[in-house]
Amino acid sequence: MSGVLPDYVRPVDFKHGRVDMTHGSGGRAMAQLIDELFLRAFDNEWLRAGNDSARFAVPAGRMVIATDSHVVSPLFFPGGDIGCLSVHGTINDVAMSGAAPLYLAATFVLEEGFPLSDLKRIVASMASASRAAGVPVVTGDTKVVEQGKGDGVFITTTGIGIVPEGVDIAGDHARPGDAIIISGTLGDHGVAIMSQRENLSFETAIESDTAALHGLVAAMVAAVPRIHCLRDPTRGGLATTLNEIARQSRCGMLVRERELPVKPQVSAACEFLGLDPLYVANEGKLVAIASAGDAAPLLAAMRAHPLGREAVIIGEVIEDPHHFVQMDTSFGGRRNVDWLTGEQLPRIC
Amino acid sequence: MRYIDEFRDGALARRLAAAIAREASPARTYHLMEFCGGHTHALSRYGLKDLLPANVQMIHGPGCPVCVLPIGRIDSAIALAARPGLILTTYADTMRVPASKGLSLLKAKARGADIRMVYSSADALRIARENPGREVVFFAIGFETTTPPTAVAITEASAGQLSNFSVFCNHVLTPAAIANILESPEVRELGTVPLDGFIGPAHVSTVIGSQPYEYFAEEYQRPVVIAGFEPLDVMQAILMLIRQLNEGRAEVENEFTRAVTREGNAKAKSLVAEVFELRRSFEWRGLGEVPYSALCIKEKYRAFDAEARYGLEYCAVADNKACECGAILRGVKKPTDCKVFGTVCTPENPIGSCMVSSEGACAAHYTYGRFKDVPVVARVAA
Repeated sequence: MSGVLPDYVRPVDFKHGRVDMTHGSGGRAMAQLIDELFLRAFDNEWLRAGNDSARFAVPAGRMVIATDSHVVSPLFFPGGDIGCLSVHGTINDVAMSGAAPLYLAATFVLEEGFPLSDLKRIVASMASASRAAGVPVVTGDTKVVEQGKGDGVFITTTGIGIVPEGVDIAGDHARPGDAIIISGTLGDHGVAIMSQRENLSFETAIESDTAALHGLVAAMVAAVPRIHCLRDPTRGGLATTLNEIARQSRCGMLVRERELPVKPQVSAACEFLGLDPLYVANEGKLVAIASAGDAAPLLAAMRAHPLGREAVIIGEVIEDPHHFVQMDTSFGGRRNVDWLTGEQLPRIC
Repeated sequence: MRYIDEFRDGALARRLAAAIAREASPARTYHLMEFCGGHTHALSRYGLKDLLPANVQMIHGPGCPVCVLPIGRIDSAIALAARPGLILTTYADTMRVPASKGLSLLKAKARGADIRMVYSSADALRIARENPGREVVFFAIGFETTTPPTAVAITEASAGQLSNFSVFCNHVLTPAAIANILESPEVRELGTVPLDGFIGPAHVSTVIGSQPYEYFAEEYQRPVVIAGFEPLDVMQAILMLIRQLNEGRAEVENEFTRAVTREGNAKAKSLVAEVFELRRSFEWRGLGEVPYSALCIKEKYRAFDAEARYGLEYCAVADNKACECGAILRGVKKPTDCKVFGTVCTPENPIGSCMVSSEGACAAHYTYGRFKDVPVVARVAA
């Protein structure tokens, strides 16, 4: 009798193997990678169905969709990696409309030669972030590009969610007199990434703040359904987010430097790198804008949530036809907080 | 943050502001030039001008290393970067400086040149060691602060026989620029630029010491106060200058005693003397050709001199006609006097070099102060 096992497939060597062109070719190697890695990690009924798309019932109401590509370098950094970041980033984009995120789709662009052990670590991190958030990855895609044409791995995630009745949160809803609230300290993610860059590496205890904020948003919306704006200050930091909202809402902003929460370690790192924490990226913080009357209950709801414990009012929306964001400096003067020019940190999310 | 917050204390700032307001004579105007871009940046970033009386006016000086680099020098760097296989390394600020033909190092990089941003000359050396098969050039710019690290890179390359490494030297000298401004017709004859005193460089002075400024104080009868880059340093220096002017003194005083001595850093100075010598003349943006105002690499280290190695010929290129960077760098004009400021010329699309670096007078005003150029907007009570 022959020793051939007709159904036997040799398992993928996740310890020593590397991504090669066959993993994206649509053949057996790709099917095997999907089965042994993605399906196993994300395991859910939609993926198990084995279709190219995921089918689900749609709840009544308004839906939101958001997509985000992740190209961070380095792939692993203190406090997280590209995997959990790609889940949190899109969940947060969905949540900033006040929505409860429902499902995620994920696309991987892998570079030939990328170690499968690293890929496995990244996918495991994604799966655990998605499980912790209660937002499953229900469909996906994998492509492989030749060596030198990618940078290890790029991940694009798309999320959909549903907006609760009566909630109307958008970037053009800020009104003069509104309070501006930040959910916690600024610049942690950017500095954590910076500390790992090859030509810069320095030792720091700072970890990325990467986190899914939909739980915090749900608590905020429950307390104050009339929140005017929500946005996560990722690339370009708080300064960019405030400028975006000022432009969309056709108003100005005035913030107080002494209210801005910045960890001393982040402040120190920014000081010697010549960065301004106002422009450094965050991945687990949000800016909320609400009427002055709603500010106190909103702040209380935020501080009652673990991800909003350090929430603080940092300023007000003002009338300004030029849509400037201004800041009263701790020093006693006033200045512009302008859009970011060029880039402070390359490839941070 | 210790050792930093102390120099940004709002309460102390108010006390200093009160002292300045008290001691500044209402009968006159004080025209003070902050030489360094670091001071320009501090003035704008902390909104310091709001704390000064109207008759204390700050004039931005040429002490921004990126701003004074003429177009021809950037063109040479781009030409170097275009050589097949060559890696050009440079400080990040030079990347966006406009060159000829609408180019910049950033745009040249996008077109395929291998240009890498480094944080120090040591990174440039490391890249050379890691790429033995390729030529690596360090595009060195800056005043006396960045010169010693370049000297270290050259001596290390020489000791390690790192034959694929060289330096395109564009280091310039602060005292020469100050002398040039004081000698300019606007200051000396026409009196169009009233210049009563200088806030002297912070980091530059840690290297060269306070002694080199004594000549200016004496010869041109202008007080110099060397100051740190923190906002309280600048306030204190302004107060010290006002006191000198009120008392009719013209001396070199040192506010930055925590870092600057009269003699400076002897080790750094001897390293610089070992590697570099005076250039007969160097073109500055805004100031034109200034004799003995820059350094070049000594014959002894010629093997590491990119200008010799690649036969670079300097070719001067005129600035954009509409650009007022030259006049702004000499203190003759303010950024808002320039027609293209904030319209054609913005930090995203700089026409002139002063709009590039955060230390440039135009970029600092655009980024931090331009809301003051429009009518004050009523604040709505929260």
